[in-house]
Amino acid sequence: MKNLGKMGNIYDDDKDFSGCSIFGMMNVEGKRFSPRDPVKAIANMHERGNGLGGGFAAYGIYPEHAEDYAFHVMYLRRDAKEKVDKLLKGNFEVTLEEEIPTREANVQNPPLVWRYFVQPNKRKPANQTADDYVTEQVMRVNMEAGNAFVFSSGKNMGVFKGVGFPEDIADFFCLEEYEAYIWTCHGRFPTNSQGWWGGAHPFNILDWTVVHNGELSSYGINRRYLEMYGYKCTMQTDTEVLAYAVDLLMRRQQLPIDIVAKILAAPLWSEIDALPPKEQHLFSALRQTYGSLLMNGPFSIIVAHHGEMIGLTDRIKLRPLIAGTREDFAYLSSEESAMRLVSPTLDRVWYPRGGEPVVGKLRSREHVELLKVVEAGK
Amino acid sequence: MLEKEKLNAELDRKLLSSVKVEDEVWKIDSDGMHYKDLNSLLRAISSNGAKKIEIHNVCGQRYIGTDLDREVQIDIYGTPGNDLGAFMNGPRLVVHGNAQDGCGNTMNEGQIVIHGHTGDITGHSMRGGRIFVRDDVGYRVGIHMKEYQGKKPQLVIGGTAQDFLGEYMAGGAMLILGLTLPEGERCKARFVGTGMHNGVIYERGDLLELGKGTRIMNVGKRDMQLIETLARDFCSYFDADYEKIMNAKFRKIVPISKRPYQNMYSH
Repeated sequence: MKNLGKMGNIYDDDKDFSGCSIFGMMNVEGKRFSPRDPVKAIANMHERGNGLGGGFAAYGIYPEHAEDYAFHVMYLRRDAKEKVDKLLKGNFEVTLEEEIPTREANVQNPPLVWRYFVQPNKRKPANQTADDYVTEQVMRVNMEAGNAFVFSSGKNMGVFKGVGFPEDIADFFCLEEYEAYIWTCHGRFPTNSQGWWGGAHPFNILDWTVVHNGELSSYGINRRYLEMYGYKCTMQTDTEVLAYAVDLLMRRQQLPIDIVAKILAAPLWSEIDALPPKEQHLFSALRQTYGSLLMNGPFSIIVAHHGEMIGLTDRIKLRPLIAGTREDFAYLSSEESAMRLVSPTLDRVWYPRGGEPVVGKLRSREHVELLKVVEAGK
Repeated sequence: MLEKEKLNAELDRKLLSSVKVEDEVWKIDSDGMHYKDLNSLLRAISSNGAKKIEIHNVCGQRYIGTDLDREVQIDIYGTPGNDLGAFMNGPRLVVHGNAQDGCGNTMNEGQIVIHGHTGDITGHSMRGGRIFVRDDVGYRVGIHMKEYQGKKPQLVIGGTAQDFLGEYMAGGAMLILGLTLPEGERCKARFVGTGMHNGVIYERGDLLELGKGTRIMNVGKRDMQLIETLARDFCSYFDADYEKIMNAKFRKIVPISKRPYQNMYSH
């Protein structure tokens, strides 16, 4: 932390205070675009971070390997690679492996970063889905290999993250080489956990990613609950539980986002009491069943997976989030100015209500509307 | 005419090259400028006697107008960053666009006019001066506004507000008009005035859902005088229809107690 002042604080203030920045940009026709605008937008919120973490999630970047799981692995020590190679080659068909292209940039102690395009091999039990198998193997690598972390494991998407300002992380990973139809971005100002490469956002499992501004005081209880479902938290940062929670609720349990929002950002009991009996029953049942997945504390997040980008804040909106649309583009941001920088005119721009998700969906997936603001409990 | 050279000692040339003076209006191109540079520039220009300043290409610079303590009109084009006019003491800021969170934070005197919407905690701890917002505002607007003797801050919202409007309000007056709402619809603002112990919130029609410790009352003659003044000014800034605004029933929200949490403390 010694260099904090130098990195984030060019004017040498004696106090440096801020919050994280989040930004998401999606083309709802699925047309891929360069990271130029997302990087410009997140860099415009430079003041919100302090250089101890930056990252991006990009969807649609590996069309030539669209059916393979793309593993991004960081090796904090070179000898960790041998162990991981063994684990991966024992449990997967590796169709391609290579070092992720990087360049000299203003980032701190970059690890070796490698990517593998893989398919589960015959070791996958017949009664287990490929996704569940991959999840299990990712947890295994992160727990067993030591000094090696799979920080991205979805198909045709990838996470790029590390210690530095987001614009420097983009430079380091040569992001301009990629094109995606969803970009989510994060600038970090770590509060309760250290700034290290694995602790930067986005957090990921399969194609689910989360970027987060805020802190989860419920991390302990969320983590213990998720362990029962096989999720092992290894990144030493609260946000990790959110990635696994959305994977559990949305992928494995197939719950719709408006219900998931009521689990993560549950309505207050006083609000539930004021609802009609049917909804009262539903929301009480959700709070009782999923009490351990309530995310307590202030947050604004952008969750993404293929086809969808979702913005959500805690129920009393203790962190900022603004949404906008312009033709085929949907935007989510901590600050309006970042959206305006890349899209000076917007068709619509609004502050979502606390606890109510804003969803940008691909048009081609039977959901016709550009953006649906779910207002359950209205 | 003001001497541009006078500023040279205080500012580096790079900043000065972004400034043009036309018809006694100082025009700043703030494209890519750091907020600290922009605010030094404003400080230097206003202390050299500028009466009218325009800032163009604003995009997220924070604290614009902070601690300026003289009468100067600053027109802002673009989207100013958080804490616009924080601790400001006298200027008039006019934003031709939207403002972000914390607009008017602890301002002491002066006026902020927003031709658009603002974000959360607009008017946070405001202790004097006036803010006029044409459209909607975010969460916790007017949180901990306060008043002391002759200093009574005023905040007028043309559209709607979100939850916790006037939270812990300790003084001053707020007027919410709901002009962006469809006929007969209420704001989705809950917990209004939670922890409020002084000051007043005026609503035009039935707009707000009250928090604990507040009550609703009919407006009196003095209240109407203040509402009329604020509404008239609102109309002159935003070209709104005064008759239409006044053709409604106004009510006021006030705290039940001056010390709502006294039972929670032993002293």
